[in-house]
Amino acid sequence: MTRINDFAMKLANVNGTGSASANGLLMQTIFRMGIPVAGKNLFPSNIQGLPTWYEIRVSKDGYGARALDYDLMVAMDAQTYGRDVHEVRGSTNGAPGGYVLFDSTWPLHDDLHRNDVTFLGVPLAKMCNEYFSEPRTRILLKNIMYSGTLAALLNLDMEIVGELIKESYGKKQALLDSNRKALELGFEFAKKNFDCPLPFYCEKMDENGDKILIDGNTATALGAIYAGATVAAWYPITPATSVMDAFKAFADRYRVDPVTKKNNFAFLQAEDELAAIGMVIGASWAGARSFTSTAGPGISLMNELIGLAYYAEIPAVIFDIQRTGPSTGMPTRTQQSDIMECAYASHGDTKHIVLFPSSPAECFEFAVQSFDLAEQFQTPVFMLSDLDIGMNDWVVPRLRWDDNYKPNRGRVLTSEELDHIKTYFRYSPEDENHVAARTLPGINAKGAFFTRGSGHNRLGGYTETPSEYQEVMDRLLLKHKASAKYVPSPVIERKPGATIGIISLGGCDPACREAIDILESQGVPANYMRVRGFPFSREVEQFIAEQDVCYVVEQNRDGQLRSLLVLETHVPKEKLLSILVYGGFPLSAKSVVEGLLHKHVKESVPEFGNEILIEE
Amino acid sequence: MPSIVKPVVTHPSLERNDLGLNLRAYEGAMSTLCAGCGHDSVTAAIIKAAWELSLDPHMIGKFSGIGCSSKTPTYFVSGAHGFNSAHGRMPAIATGAGAANRSLVAIGISGDGDSLSIGIGQMAHAVRRNLNIVYVIENNGVYGLTKGQFSASADLGSKSKKGEANRVSPIDPVLLGLSLGATFVARSFSGDKEQLVPILKAAIKHKGLALIDVISPCVTFNDHEGSTKSYLYTRKHDYHVTDAEVIIPADEIIANISVNGHTAVTMHDGTVIRFTNTPEDYDPRDRAKVFAYIQEHQREGKVPTGLLFIDETPGDMHDVLGTIDTPLTQVPYETLCPGSETLASLMEEFR
Repeated sequence: MTRINDFAMKLANVNGTGSASANGLLMQTIFRMGIPVAGKNLFPSNIQGLPTWYEIRVSKDGYGARALDYDLMVAMDAQTYGRDVHEVRGSTNGAPGGYVLFDSTWPLHDDLHRNDVTFLGVPLAKMCNEYFSEPRTRILLKNIMYSGTLAALLNLDMEIVGELIKESYGKKQALLDSNRKALELGFEFAKKNFDCPLPFYCEKMDENGDKILIDGNTATALGAIYAGATVAAWYPITPATSVMDAFKAFADRYRVDPVTKKNNFAFLQAEDELAAIGMVIGASWAGARSFTSTAGPGISLMNELIGLAYYAEIPAVIFDIQRTGPSTGMPTRTQQSDIMECAYASHGDTKHIVLFPSSPAECFEFAVQSFDLAEQFQTPVFMLSDLDIGMNDWVVPRLRWDDNYKPNRGRVLTSEELDHIKTYFRYSPEDENHVAARTLPGINAKGAFFTRGSGHNRLGGYTETPSEYQEVMDRLLLKHKASAKYVPSPVIERKPGATIGIISLGGCDPACREAIDILESQGVPANYMRVRGFPFSREVEQFIAEQDVCYVVEQNRDGQLRSLLVLETHVPKEKLLSILVYGGFPLSAKSVVEGLLHKHVKESVPEFGNEILIEE
Repeated sequence: MPSIVKPVVTHPSLERNDLGLNLRAYEGAMSTLCAGCGHDSVTAAIIKAAWELSLDPHMIGKFSGIGCSSKTPTYFVSGAHGFNSAHGRMPAIATGAGAANRSLVAIGISGDGDSLSIGIGQMAHAVRRNLNIVYVIENNGVYGLTKGQFSASADLGSKSKKGEANRVSPIDPVLLGLSLGATFVARSFSGDKEQLVPILKAAIKHKGLALIDVISPCVTFNDHEGSTKSYLYTRKHDYHVTDAEVIIPADEIIANISVNGHTAVTMHDGTVIRFTNTPEDYDPRDRAKVFAYIQEHQREGKVPTGLLFIDETPGDMHDVLGTIDTPLTQVPYETLCPGSETLASLMEEFR
């Protein structure tokens, strides 16, 4: 029983040994073979020496969530042999179990043997020591060598593998030669010693012609470049750092004045997140499109000035690449646990616009939209990505740009407009979206005003008068409500005969979609709504109203999306049941299916409360 | 007293500057500080300096944090945009604004609580970046709005209004600035406009961060006997290390005024700072010597004042960032967006 383009494998390595290049090589090879593929990097918060895993799921049907059912384990980390071997799919219903590829230079301990899986031993270290002299090279090339073995076992296109090696090392002949040699050794060993290919393998398809392989942080940075952002301020933090690395790289490429060789951007590495958001607010106040990228701990620090920007009505774009909290939490693990923090960031009554992209493609699109919304509504806008979207390579449609795009700079008075008005007041008059025109410094003295985070009236003057203070606060609430029409609308998909709904957001999307297909095949059709923005539009409420019950799938302990839905819509909270997976690894369809079926049976049994917690 | 509107009193005889503006054009709203507050004198000095330099009011950006000092930007140049931000966060806000629009003349007003306690980190890093800003610390050694707690600049042994002596070592903004690599460090006294106005003018002309520590007594909470930040104490211990004058290239007198053996520093726009009075062996361009001199004289109980240190050679934040000369806010979107074709070809790299 062979399976073509439908399997999952996991590579267990020690971090800092060069395994990332082999992981990338395998992913890209399968991608270039035109096969839908997804890679998840499960890495430690460490530079060298701790266990790191990489999962590759090959799915002709295009399912990109984690599989949790591994056909092949590349077990290269002695520290984790035990559990890695244990994770391989066993034999079920007469079907043979999975495979373990290991370094047979040293014998495998008896305890690690399993009878229901096949062990494929390759003397990787031995061959590396034989053919390569430099110690570091020996370690690095071990990865390339087992990639060669995998190419043979999985029927990967060696021409493509060769191309990729050449693209990476083409400029350094010695490196190119040694990589090629390692690849060949691994490949030949497999051909000689194993039945190639395995019962599951790859065969070329044509699914990726219009696709790219990109991570969300790179796409986010590109969005900022295309939106015309000029001031980037940040403080290094996992997993948001690569947004700024990418922004800087793109800016160095596309934003250097060809004549003067000077930069059409300012790149500010701040002393902390307090300063980073301050710089963004200062730059936006002065009229630049400005942004920061951070993660939960950074948002905690930024809370103070986010309130200032909200109250003084200054645009600010904040890309939050969520990681596992609270506190330092697990910096290299994913979660969706900043939803409430961002929706209501800062002291006092505050509410913000929050966008929830589900893939790198949406990161690009929403990044641009974040700047438009921030300037249109003169307020902070959060884009909540996460580590899974931000740092893993996803197969998504090519990013495209419409040259007719014009940035929405919101209501900003020009010098001429100021000349024609009698007196300028910062917070009056307002338009239909409850936004007043702002002015920028350095334009016209008539537009001068004093920006303050202290109590102010609708004219912008200092106040301690209750009615004047309240008038402004009430308008801010109306303004926030008005933005619901402008944030990305939910994606809704209905199944015939379905009376239940699944509600989710962000990176849960691939797992939810796959779960919906599985549930349908099991006779449990479910409608689906993926929320993409806060404040919620009417469609969100409408969808919930139409369902008998909704399962809110999210990656946090407290059901934050569910809480926000309960707080910000009129739906009865009994209608919303949580399915929560928050251990730090990306979501799998299995968890959604099991959670829903479990809950469907146990529904409204009091001791289970409203939550079901799944551990992956 | 925010409801009181300041009466506009002008007289044809009021002198006009190169822009045809009289001093009144550089004023702001009515002060709501206590009568006699040192900060109001600093405000008056800023008004005078801005007027004398014929700064275009709308090209000034006023920045502050929170505290009595941070209220003052409302009281000068009402034709300029002002940003009264959050406690200790003025440097970051000003850094962002300066990054976005380098053509603004940034004047930041802070206090000893704002810059030496809650905002010391931001101040230190703004100094390191050499942000182009006039950074005034209105230093009174006390928290006024919260009624008289010691601030980080309170001297050892200085007494609070209730008679309690401060026993925590003070942070001196001048020595701190010098050690952080500040390119312009000065100290003055709010009661000494003769000295403060030229310092402010030089600071405005300086390309980079000009740190000015202004002893500005708090009449309500720190002007009593036993305080080392009172009017009386400061007058008694004020020690002019340097006096300087600012000579603008356009001034006719420039041809006639020679350096006369005095130290002179030429600024980026040709303005000359001429030190008319410096102690023998004192070089305001020698950081280590200035540091030692200040430390030594402070140990003697003096309050050394004047334009103490200046270095025009390091570039400012924009020089380090390599930003274009045009303010980023004025770069058209078409220049910033690489366009669809570039994106299409870039996508090939993600295959």
